[in-house]
Amino acid sequence: MDRPPSDIEALIELMARLPGLGPRSARRAVLRMIKKRGQLLQPLSEAMVKVAATARECVNCGNVGTSELCAICADPRRETGEICVVEDVADLWAMERSQVFKGRYHVLGGTLSALDAVGPDELRIPRLVDRAKTEEAREVILALNATIDGQTTAHYIAGELEALGVRVTSLAQGVPIGGELDYLDDGTITAALNARKSL
Amino acid sequence: MPGLAVTELTLSHFRSHRRMTLEAGPRPVAIFGPNGAGKTNLIEAVSLLSPGRGMRRAGADEIARRPEALGWKIGAEMDTPSGRHSVETWSEGGPRSVQVDGKPAPQAALGRIARVVWLVPSMDRLWIEASEGRRRFLDRMVLAFDPGHGEASLAYEKAMRQRNRLLKDQVRDAGWYGALEAQMASAGARIASARRSALSRIAAAQEGAVTAFPAADLFVEAEGPEEEDALAEAFARGRPADLHAGRTLIGPHRTDLGATYTAKGVPAAQCSTGEQKALLISLVLAQARAVAEDAGAPPLLLLDEVAAHLDEGRRAALYDEIVRLGAQAWMTGTGPELFEPLEGRAQRLHVTEADGISRVEDVT
Repeated sequence: MDRPPSDIEALIELMARLPGLGPRSARRAVLRMIKKRGQLLQPLSEAMVKVAATARECVNCGNVGTSELCAICADPRRETGEICVVEDVADLWAMERSQVFKGRYHVLGGTLSALDAVGPDELRIPRLVDRAKTEEAREVILALNATIDGQTTAHYIAGELEALGVRVTSLAQGVPIGGELDYLDDGTITAALNARKSL
Repeated sequence: MPGLAVTELTLSHFRSHRRMTLEAGPRPVAIFGPNGAGKTNLIEAVSLLSPGRGMRRAGADEIARRPEALGWKIGAEMDTPSGRHSVETWSEGGPRSVQVDGKPAPQAALGRIARVVWLVPSMDRLWIEASEGRRRFLDRMVLAFDPGHGEASLAYEKAMRQRNRLLKDQVRDAGWYGALEAQMASAGARIASARRSALSRIAAAQEGAVTAFPAADLFVEAEGPEEEDALAEAFARGRPADLHAGRTLIGPHRTDLGATYTAKGVPAAQCSTGEQKALLISLVLAQARAVAEDAGAPPLLLLDEVAAHLDEGRRAALYDEIVRLGAQAWMTGTGPELFEPLEGRAQRLHVTEADGISRVEDVT
């Protein structure tokens, strides 16, 4: 039998459950870690133990961090008048990579879906409404995916915030930077045409 | 003007066809052979070169050849008004995948390459059965004019499924309903306008057409308004009744398609079986003419067992019209004599079956 010993097999199986990894790549990763025990396996296991003990959701916005408030909410340099609403932390990280937005975030943790029994209360929407009030937000930017569920959630949030008089905006939809029209689908071209601007 | 034609079709483990490659030209394709030989399977494969579940509405997992059940694959080389395209679609048990010119593509992309229109024997009762079949027939006609119709229908369906779940669970959150209804109204208005526009194009194509088939007046019987704001309001107003029923009672998903035999002024449902069939053929041909004008080429026509129900005169007239249109029509029938009037003007394929495997022979 060429199977690895059971402890290592168990590690491979766990690794294979991670997004982006399959059984084959998990085997390669584990083998590499074992070969580089000092440089990879040891530091990785220590880092994982540490994160497992300290990782938590920010009580304010739902971002992940290691203390009660995430680094963004705790940063006094971030503007308080603008809240950018995203579906999950990966979207927040994507926004942060652009380094353009200087306000704060609110991570919903998903989108409204009656079929999956995900309602407003499961999505930190009541918390968003509270924040818009207490932080005296001037603008709430909805950076949600252009899917039916994403747009339904956007409509819902806009309705909830209507009474507060806060400006609710959503990201523009259209031609990506560096994109060629020929490769765009009809829906994107229609959205881009509707959102055209003067030069 | 370049037409639309499948120039090469390859099937692998597709129903009764284990491995089959055939070459075709722009001419009609007459397929004959005994019952159960795999003639309809052949044109079903062509129907899957358009988005959706094809002419048998089969799930991707039902199509694989038994007993191997390895999954299936269709490959096609196509001449289209926008140039040559290579299309592959397959399933290995899961949902079907699509590649266009070697690149993965969504199913909707197929609608932009090939417009496909079909007539199958189960549609013979279209005018007398439930509205669902007529709605599907209507939407397939619309899809041939407006490939974006599929996306609007899908968006509407998705939002409606969510709303129906809220109704079933007796949820009372007005904001949640409102958000879903806004999506439904936006997609619903697009669906309604695409349907009306398709019907008016078909009406125009019937006017003044030289044809042996009777004209039909088609009309939409809508349940609820068709304009976006009015539709959103109607959904909101309808919530109490919908909550009671546990589903959405108005909207484009309830629309029916009506038809009248123009010359007699009689509803299609009251016409004889033969007349109903003739009306359907007439509509398919009118649609093909309209699509030809619109897209620069007639659609692929798939006519399953169409010859059997027509007398000799009508049969010859149908073939003449197809040839005049320049459409690549794939037609099935049990015997070669059904296609005699097409002699010299069509490719002829003889399909037989032995040991559960279909064999296709070009006998042109």
